[in-house]
Amino acid sequence: MSLLELKGLEAGYGYSQILFGVDLKLERGEAATLMGRNGMGKTTTVRSIMGLLKPQAGEIRFDGHPITGLAAYKVGRAGVGLVPEGRRIFPTLTVEENLRAFARSRGNWTLRKVYDFFPRLEERKVNLGSQLSGGEQQMLAIGRALMTNPSLLILDEATEGLAPLIRKEIWEKLAALKAEGLAILLIDKDIAAMSKFVDHHTLLNKGEVVWSGTTEALTNDMEVVNSYMHL
Amino acid sequence: MNSTILLIQLLNGVQFGVLLFLIAAGLTLVFGVMGFINLAHGVQYMIGAYLTFMYYSWTNHFLAALALGLVTALVLGLLLEELIFRHLYTRDHLDQVLATFGIILFVNELVKVIWGPGTLTLPTPEILSGSIQLTENLKYPVYRLALIAIGLFVALCLYVIVTKTRVGMLIRAGASDSETVNALGVNISRLFMIVFGFGAMLAGLAGALAAPIFTIEPGMGDNLLIVAFVVIIIGGIGSIRGAFIAALLVGVLDTLGRTIATDAMGLIFDASAANQIGPSIASMLIYLFMATILFFKPQGLFPAQGGAR
Repeated sequence: MSLLELKGLEAGYGYSQILFGVDLKLERGEAATLMGRNGMGKTTTVRSIMGLLKPQAGEIRFDGHPITGLAAYKVGRAGVGLVPEGRRIFPTLTVEENLRAFARSRGNWTLRKVYDFFPRLEERKVNLGSQLSGGEQQMLAIGRALMTNPSLLILDEATEGLAPLIRKEIWEKLAALKAEGLAILLIDKDIAAMSKFVDHHTLLNKGEVVWSGTTEALTNDMEVVNSYMHL
Repeated sequence: MNSTILLIQLLNGVQFGVLLFLIAAGLTLVFGVMGFINLAHGVQYMIGAYLTFMYYSWTNHFLAALALGLVTALVLGLLLEELIFRHLYTRDHLDQVLATFGIILFVNELVKVIWGPGTLTLPTPEILSGSIQLTENLKYPVYRLALIAIGLFVALCLYVIVTKTRVGMLIRAGASDSETVNALGVNISRLFMIVFGFGAMLAGLAGALAAPIFTIEPGMGDNLLIVAFVVIIIGGIGSIRGAFIAALLVGVLDTLGRTIATDAMGLIFDASAANQIGPSIASMLIYLFMATILFFKPQGLFPAQGGAR
C-alpha cells in the first residue's frame, strides 16, 4: 500500500480545467518530485491533495484511506504537512507562536527538536514572522509543518527565491528528513540538487504526466525532460 | 466652554469608545478571520439590551439579568451562526450584505412584536446609582465609571487571550491567512464559530451595559454598527489591539467634536453660520478621521496582514 496515490486526478478552477488525469504514487519514506514549467499543474496537484481544491474527477488515497475532496484540516490531521508556495508565514505571530500554534503531539517532533534542527529559528524565536528573511521563513514553514508530526511533507517551491547558500542548507535539511524516514513530495526547479536524495520524479506538462521514473532513469532521459522544462 | 465640561465630555467619550470596542471586537475578528461582512452584528447589541431588560423584569436583579442576558446572547449567536451565517461564508460580499440586512429587518420586527415598538428603560443598578465627586465642581455617575472599568477589563482579558493563548495565536493566524491555518490541521470553521459566539456575546454585553444610559428601542444597534465598521477599518481589520485603540479614538473624537465643533466654527464664521456648520462638521469628523488614517495607512493602524501586531 502506497503512502500517497493519485489516480486519474482531474481538477481546475471554474470552467478552466488544469489537470487531465494525473497519476502519481509515493511510497513510505520515499522522496519524489513534481516537475514541469509554470502553469503545468504542479500547484493545482498539491492543492487537490491538500483538500484546498475539490477535484472534478479521480481519486486520492493517503495511507490507504480515500481523502478525495476531504476538508483541508482533515488532510492535515491525517498526516500531510504542507510547506505552501510563497511560504505563507503568519506575519503577526512570532516565530515561536508560528510553531507552537500548530503542534500536534503524535510523533517525535517537538518545539525543542525543531529548534535543534533549525538553530536559526531559536535565535529568532521572539521575532515576528514579518521580520524574517526568505531563508528563515522557509525554515519556519518547514518547522511549522514538522510540528504537526506529518508522515508526508509536501513542499511547493522548496527553494524558490532563496540565496545559493540558503538553498544548499535547505537541501541538506530535506535530505536529513528523508534519512529519518519522512516521505517528501517536492516541487522545485533545481533538478541537480534534488537528484542527490530524491528517488522518483514525475514530470507534468499541460496537466498530464509526460514522464516519470527514478533518478537513474532521469539522468539517462535528460534530453526528453529538458525539452519539457525549457521552452 | 470650561475645563469641567471638557473633562465630562472626555469621560463620556471614553465610555462611548468602550462600548464601541465591545461591539467592534467581535466584528473585526469575524470580518478578519472569515472575510465575512456581518451587518447584523448591531442586532446582537440590541438583543443584549432587550434580553437584560426581560430578565430584569423577571428577577429584579441587575447582575443576574446581565449574566442571564449574556448567556442567552451567546447561545443566540451560536445558533444564528449554525443556522444562517455558516452558509454565507463562501458567498460573495454582496450576498452577505443582503442576507445579514434581511436579518436586521427580521429581528427588528420580531423585537417590536415581542416588546412593542416603544422605547423601554432599564434602571441603573442600585449599588451603582450614585455619583462621585471627581473634582471640586465635577460630579460623575458611578455607573458610567463602572462601565468604563468593565470595558477596560474585558479589553484586557481579550488582549491576554489573543496574545498569550494558543486559541489566540490561531485567531491571529486565521486573520492573516485562514487557508494555511486550515491546511495545517486546524478546523477553522469550529474556531470561527467560537469566535462568532463570543463576538455576539460581547456586542450583547455592550447593549446590556448601555441600556441604563440610553433607551432600549428597535434598531438601536443599527447606527452604532456603522461607527463600529469605521472603528475596525481604522484599527486594521482582524486586529483586537487596533479595534481597542481606534474605538477609544473614535469615541473621544466624536463626543468632543460634538461639544467643540460649534464653538470652533464660531471662531471663523458668524454665530448663525457656526450653529449650522458646527453640528454637520461634528458628525463628519470620524469619517474625515478615517479617510485621513487610510490615506497614510491604507490597511489601518494595526493591519493583521501586514507587519505590526
